[in-house]
Amino acid sequence: MASIGLINYATFMGTMIGIYGVLALGLNIQWGVTGLFNAGIAGFFAVGAYLSALITASPSPERIMGWELPVAVGWLGAMAGAALIAWPIGRICLRFRSDYLAIATIGVAEVIRLVLRTEEGLSGGARGITGVPRPFGGLEYSLSQFAYFALVIAVLLVVYWALERQLAAPWGRMMKAIRDNEQAAAAMGKNVEKRRLEAFVLGAAVMGLAGALYVHFMRAITPEAIDPMIATFLVWIMLILGGSGNNRGAILGAIIVWIIWSMSEFITDQLPAEIATQAKYIRVFLIGLMLQLILRFRPEGLLPEESGQRTSPHLPPSR
Amino acid sequence: MMEFLNFYVVPGIVTGSIYALGAIGITLIFGILRFGHFAHGDLATSGAYLALGATALLGLTPWAALPVAMLLTALLAYGIHRLFYRHLESRPKILTVIASLGIGMMLRSVVQVVWGVDPLAYGSGIARAQAFGPLMLRPREIATLALTLALVATLLAFLRYSKWGKAMRAMSDNPDLARLCGVDNDGVTRLTWFIVGALAAASGFCLGINTELTTMMGWSAMLSMFAAAVLGGVGRVEGAVVGGLVIGLAEELSVLVVPSPYKSATAFVILLAILLLRPQGIFKGKVL
Amino acid sequence: MSATAARDRPQPILIMHQVRGGYGDADILQGVSLTVMPQEIVVIVGPNGAGKSTAMKAVFGLVRIRSGAIVFDGEDITGWSPDRIVRRGISYVPQVDNVFREMTVHENLEMGAFLAKGDLSAAFDRIYALFPDLKAKRHALAGDLSGGQRQMVAIGRALMLEPQLLLLDEPTAGLSPKYMQQIFQICRDVRDSGVSILLVEQHAKQALAFCDRGYVLATGANRHEGSGRELLENPEIAQMFLGG
Ligand SMILES: Nc1ncnc2c1ncn2[C@@H]1O[C@H](COP(=O)(O)OP(=O)(O)OP(=O)(O)O)[C@@H](O)[C@H]1O
Ligand SMILES: [Mg+2]
Repeated sequence: MASIGLINYATFMGTMIGIYGVLALGLNIQWGVTGLFNAGIAGFFAVGAYLSALITASPSPERIMGWELPVAVGWLGAMAGAALIAWPIGRICLRFRSDYLAIATIGVAEVIRLVLRTEEGLSGGARGITGVPRPFGGLEYSLSQFAYFALVIAVLLVVYWALERQLAAPWGRMMKAIRDNEQAAAAMGKNVEKRRLEAFVLGAAVMGLAGALYVHFMRAITPEAIDPMIATFLVWIMLILGGSGNNRGAILGAIIVWIIWSMSEFITDQLPAEIATQAKYIRVFLIGLMLQLILRFRPEGLLPEESGQRTSPHLPPSR
Repeated sequence: MMEFLNFYVVPGIVTGSIYALGAIGITLIFGILRFGHFAHGDLATSGAYLALGATALLGLTPWAALPVAMLLTALLAYGIHRLFYRHLESRPKILTVIASLGIGMMLRSVVQVVWGVDPLAYGSGIARAQAFGPLMLRPREIATLALTLALVATLLAFLRYSKWGKAMRAMSDNPDLARLCGVDNDGVTRLTWFIVGALAAASGFCLGINTELTTMMGWSAMLSMFAAAVLGGVGRVEGAVVGGLVIGLAEELSVLVVPSPYKSATAFVILLAILLLRPQGIFKGKVL
Repeated sequence: MSATAARDRPQPILIMHQVRGGYGDADILQGVSLTVMPQEIVVIVGPNGAGKSTAMKAVFGLVRIRSGAIVFDGEDITGWSPDRIVRRGISYVPQVDNVFREMTVHENLEMGAFLAKGDLSAAFDRIYALFPDLKAKRHALAGDLSGGQRQMVAIGRALMLEPQLLLLDEPTAGLSPKYMQQIFQICRDVRDSGVSILLVEQHAKQALAFCDRGYVLATGANRHEGSGRELLENPEIAQMFLGG
């Protein structure tokens, strides 16, 4: 029946929005609150996805691990794994301007992609990892989809709540002070570096969690499952459009951008086959253009960070 | 020994000079305009495909198409600046960095729409390697090295002796003071984009003629080019050249110690090492 | 030609009249007035943060001016851009970062004449005659020079276009007494060649002793003015900055 199909589709969309919402929240800690440029979001996402899959899936002679542990352990492992990769990168790059962090995170994502492609014993090679368990996976299809959707939304809300608390605490106020006043930040010296590192690692852990949410939703993963640059880029647009520095903005951005992105696919799918392949790239072009337009005309996003929290022009509103 | 030279050192130097041409652009933008330009690899890709377009439309040989592509890419680079980067000038530089990441994607997708995603080549001529003593060099390799040498020498002479070259160095050295001297900021910016665009096209072209044209080639090479720029010292043209050669050689030699799929991770490891040990690079560049 | 006329009936080369302004919303300058006569060395002294540098930048068009006027050589230059002001005949040497460190001494001087057209050899000869030390070092990078030599490069750069008025912001900061006297001597030579000089000095005692006239600035406004001797003898000023 069409309506069931529609509901299933809506559930799917909702789940993906929830997952991207978690990613956007992770980026908000790094960029929105701390001003750190992470261009390798997809890398941390992939690490989380693979780790959680390997921890929870059943063993296979072709690859390592497959510990069949509870999903919650997988999620924790995903967060820890992403954090562990972020830590040394942050240690090395956070002393410099964010341009260096950007190139280093692009590099991390690239290396992670190389490892996953090359080390078949780790990633299951081209076939990837299958049989990843899903919470509520035993239920009937629609119900299972819906239950998982509810779970993702619950996780999103928990992450949101935890971050809001963290931001309201002295930690959050200090982060924003550091972001907005380089000089004052420099005067605080080593302490600043530590705070930034905490933000970077925390954000990466949240991205790893999003990867875990994704893999248990899809129940399988291959190295080609996500286009790293497009995924990274979508998250950036979500945050900037929604409002950097504002957690609700991040979630709003995830909703809007994912809907636009999926709708555009919907439209291009209707096109004749010859131009359909081109159409994918036209979509990428348009999403890039969208970023330029937002940066130019509404850099503060739809839900700007509450004024008063902002002490100086980090992303000053356009005149 | 000869095998070592011909299988590792020669390709390393050729790849290295390609990286050098890209790294010069990155280092000039970093030094003068003060941001990391993440569309640089895709600018190189655009240049390579524009040369391909020129061979097809104008019936030129690849090497004759190169100057055309360099000119067009110079205009393209300046156009991108005017349309997308310029209005971000008064805002924190990191916003331009973000914008450039998006520009890279846009350039890549235009190439993918126009030329498709299957690998292409400039021509099907099979070039035999010629022997120079123990060295075996293909004509295209010799041409790549000669082109790099000529472009680098011209650029260095321009920066050293011409009025506007000095203005570019002054702007990189001390922008406030340069403005006090009456150096026109916009003029230097325009000039920088022209030079950088032309060099990116040359880099992409050489990459294409020595291997093949793929829409991802510039993006994949960008990490190496950035590593080369940082290794040489940000803002240092001669540093970018040395950095490019070191990275190119290191990548080719890396297969002796790690599995070949990890070749492209070499640059990343070197980048982290240099940031850790000597962030100003070999030639004492800027640290932003 | 006009120099003799100016001496007969002296007209100030620079007038700052009740200038208010600053960088952001708050005004750093709360009404600063001063004049510089042709071929005069005028010094501004005052405590740290008094707005001395800001007053100087205001003359050079680097500060937003809210009210008041700046008149140079009979022309109102309030709100002009720095490069227009350079062309009109004022040169400025900032307090910090005032050389191109990665360029040679010669190239630094060349940058000073960036706006000039034609042959510069006469200008180079003039500067190298004024700073013989620099001639020997002309192929050295400015960043490799000693502090005193770097100041000379900065001043030389500013003199390349033959300005009528030279603005120097703490040219002796961090220099040994020997270099300080040398810089002061250079200022006199430059003045004698027909250039007026406005300079900010931290070394109030020495500066007041050598200048023609001085102004004392505090919290963005004029406090005292007079000849160097008068100011030196003022017990209030002695107490304020001269450390008794
Ligand atoms: N670029 C700037 N932006 C904002 N405020 C500034 C800037 N430069 C100076 N200020 C502020 O203006 C005030 C006056 O500074 P100014 O540099 O004019 O003082 P000064 O008398 O030259 O001091 P010093 O003896 O330390 O050189 C200070 O409070 C300073 O913090
Ligand atoms: Mg000062």
